[in-house]
Amino acid sequence: MSVAVLYAVTGLGLFSLGLYALIVRAHLLRKILALNIMGSGVFLVLTALARRAPDGPPDPVPHAMVITGIVVAVAATALALVLLRRVVETTGQPRLPDPDSE
Amino acid sequence: MTPRGAAPWLRFSVALLLVGMFAALAWVLLGLPPRSAGLQPQVAAQMAVSGVDHPVTAVLLNFRGYDTLLEMAVLLLACLGVWSLSPAVPPTDETPGAMLAALPRQLVPLMVLMAGYLLWRGATGPGGAFQAGAVLGAAGVLLLLTGWRLPVRWQGWRLRLLLIAGVGMFVLVALAVVPASGVLLGYPLPVAGTLILLIEALAGLSIGVTLMALFLGGEPGASR
Amino acid sequence: MAAEHVSLLPVLLIFLPLIGALLSFVFRRRAAGLGIATAVAVFVIAIALAFSLTRPQRYPVGGWGAPLGIDLVVDGLSLIMLLMSATVGLGVSLYAGGYFHARPQLARAFWPLWLGLWTALNGLFLAADIFNLYVTLELLGLSAVALAALGGSAAALGGAMRYLLVSLLGSLLYLLGVALLYHAFGSVDIALLGERASAQPVTLAALVLMTVGLILKTALFPFHFWLPPAHASASSPVSALLSALVVKASFYILLRLWLEIFEPLNPGRGVTELLGLLGALAVLWGSLQALRQTRLKLLIAYSTVAQLGYLFLGFPLAAAVGPAAWQAVIYLALSHALAKAALFMAAGNIVLFGGHDRIADLDRVVQRLPLSLAAFAIAGISLMGLPPSGGFIGKWLLLEAAIEAGQWWWVVIILIGGMLAAAYLFKVIGFAFTRAPVSHEANAVPPVMEWTALVLAVGTVLLGLWVSPLLAWLATGNPFGVGP
Repeated sequence: MSVAVLYAVTGLGLFSLGLYALIVRAHLLRKILALNIMGSGVFLVLTALARRAPDGPPDPVPHAMVITGIVVAVAATALALVLLRRVVETTGQPRLPDPDSE
Repeated sequence: MTPRGAAPWLRFSVALLLVGMFAALAWVLLGLPPRSAGLQPQVAAQMAVSGVDHPVTAVLLNFRGYDTLLEMAVLLLACLGVWSLSPAVPPTDETPGAMLAALPRQLVPLMVLMAGYLLWRGATGPGGAFQAGAVLGAAGVLLLLTGWRLPVRWQGWRLRLLLIAGVGMFVLVALAVVPASGVLLGYPLPVAGTLILLIEALAGLSIGVTLMALFLGGEPGASR
Repeated sequence: MAAEHVSLLPVLLIFLPLIGALLSFVFRRRAAGLGIATAVAVFVIAIALAFSLTRPQRYPVGGWGAPLGIDLVVDGLSLIMLLMSATVGLGVSLYAGGYFHARPQLARAFWPLWLGLWTALNGLFLAADIFNLYVTLELLGLSAVALAALGGSAAALGGAMRYLLVSLLGSLLYLLGVALLYHAFGSVDIALLGERASAQPVTLAALVLMTVGLILKTALFPFHFWLPPAHASASSPVSALLSALVVKASFYILLRLWLEIFEPLNPGRGVTELLGLLGALAVLWGSLQALRQTRLKLLIAYSTVAQLGYLFLGFPLAAAVGPAAWQAVIYLALSHALAKAALFMAAGNIVLFGGHDRIADLDRVVQRLPLSLAAFAIAGISLMGLPPSGGFIGKWLLLEAAIEAGQWWWVVIILIGGMLAAAYLFKVIGFAFTRAPVSHEANAVPPVMEWTALVLAVGTVLLGLWVSPLLAWLATGNPFGVGP
């Protein structure tokens, strides 16, 4: 296994761990963090595998994609955090309301 | 009551499922060809006509510049969403201690200088609008944390103009080059480097201001 | 680097709403005027594109061309989707002008967010690049969530939060698929991937990740749980946008990837049958839940869950009879967009008028809001699949495909779905005629809000009459391939 693939598999690990937390944790802050960890995992897969170029610099295209992805992740996280604060303000609970209770 | 989360049996089955997913995907990655240059040769071949000397910047601002334009729009829309959700968190009246008051006076000018350097550096090495914007945003957050408040006259259309400056300039350039090159975002080569620097400068500024505005957690000066 | 001359119209469909969003953000007091002017311009350009498009066009942004650059492509399928978003977009813009007139605080948030969402939709329908699709998908998702939360009630905020988490999860699953495809085949251009991709584990993994991500966003059963609270608790113009347009976008991506990358590799009948089965369950479950609802907007939202199910019947049927099944599905999607927008607008009028949306207390709405109730009934005809309507044509084409394929069980699902739709829609119409013990608040409803609902509803009837020109547009560039 090359170093590039080792890093990429680590990225998959982060993705899986994040997905686990997203599903089983109820606290919304944990869910938002979980999505960020999943995102980091995907970014790691993208950049690590760019290092497979035979000799010469790594492929710059995935690097550019990851920069784009990071900005998107920052934007989404900011929106999620403010939404979380509003949910807490209106319901007093940092968790998703039960959809059937309405 | 604090949220507890899923029942043990559910956790166990989710964990089992995800271990399976991880193993399957890891096996898939191991099966990829160990050597692959991706698009690196194509990028290298066109570097001379990209207007910059750093491949990542060339991809971000030129070859895939359209993605970057939309991504700036994502950041702006997130800020609009935050503003629509709530007014800014009211600042506390606490006066910062002597250390905390002195800190930004030393650091912020350095950070602004750093942002300018990163922006300039992007043409030839790692750096560019996003890195510069991140440092600028951090400077703004530092100021806010140490008791600085956005002056009222900067809360209205001036702030909104700063927020859209990056996307606005990108859109302007994207459309303005159409008569010259016949295609959206097709920078004519002699001015490609200058146009990219112009876009990056305003993009860096807007990103910095947007990050700071996001940190406010809502629209400054708005009431509910 | 100058390419042959290609029409700038597709580019304008992306940039006009974006410029509109920026201007309406800076010049807040003029936001509604700027928004409506943008909507009219986008509609006119979409129509101009429809009449000028004779063959599919590829537009290389920056002049680089795939795989280095990003291409935009417009063919019959993207054209129909663009026309759908232009028509519903114009209708909702006019409606929103009336709806938000008395709520300036919300109006100034609505216009830039909605124009940003429109940018994302049009960009998505024109994209030919799976990473560019990711960016448009995120632009779409974040603006949709912000719009869904605009109502500000606890239900709206909770619904929006759930929507955001699901949307981000779907995007990340999709993005991991993009990463696998890029690193396996060295391109993110859909056409190049279609040429290079071969049936191997990495392709299958990408297929599974991207499909799961996209059906989460499309709210296919059993991933529909987030849709009804988010769509029903949003303010009415937003409900119309979310239910009519936004859920179609992720379906469109799935269809594109399927047609151009995955289907030629023959992933096997298991995948198509499973998607068809989930679609059938969505039709039954969504309709039964709609029948159980006591609130009008929740009923309409569950109806969306059901109607989205029909779209997935295209997968098994197209595998059996080819492109005819996709024609039917796109026709249904288009009709549903118009009908659902009209239904949510009519429901919004009823809520505005009476101050509530309890179905049992719809106190003689027929006498008080006759135009809105007419819009509701006409749009309902299309949802039930009765002639003359776009919904009838779509279901007819789908039934034909099912019969030709000899798969009678889909025929049964389509017929039962139609009957259940009739049942839940007549329930509403019945209460609208009867006197209720609770008296209404009776607020005035601006006429433009009634007329836009009615015009969109009449649009579903026109879809039932203009079948051959629409199918001819859809066939531009033969997006569904030649079939087996």
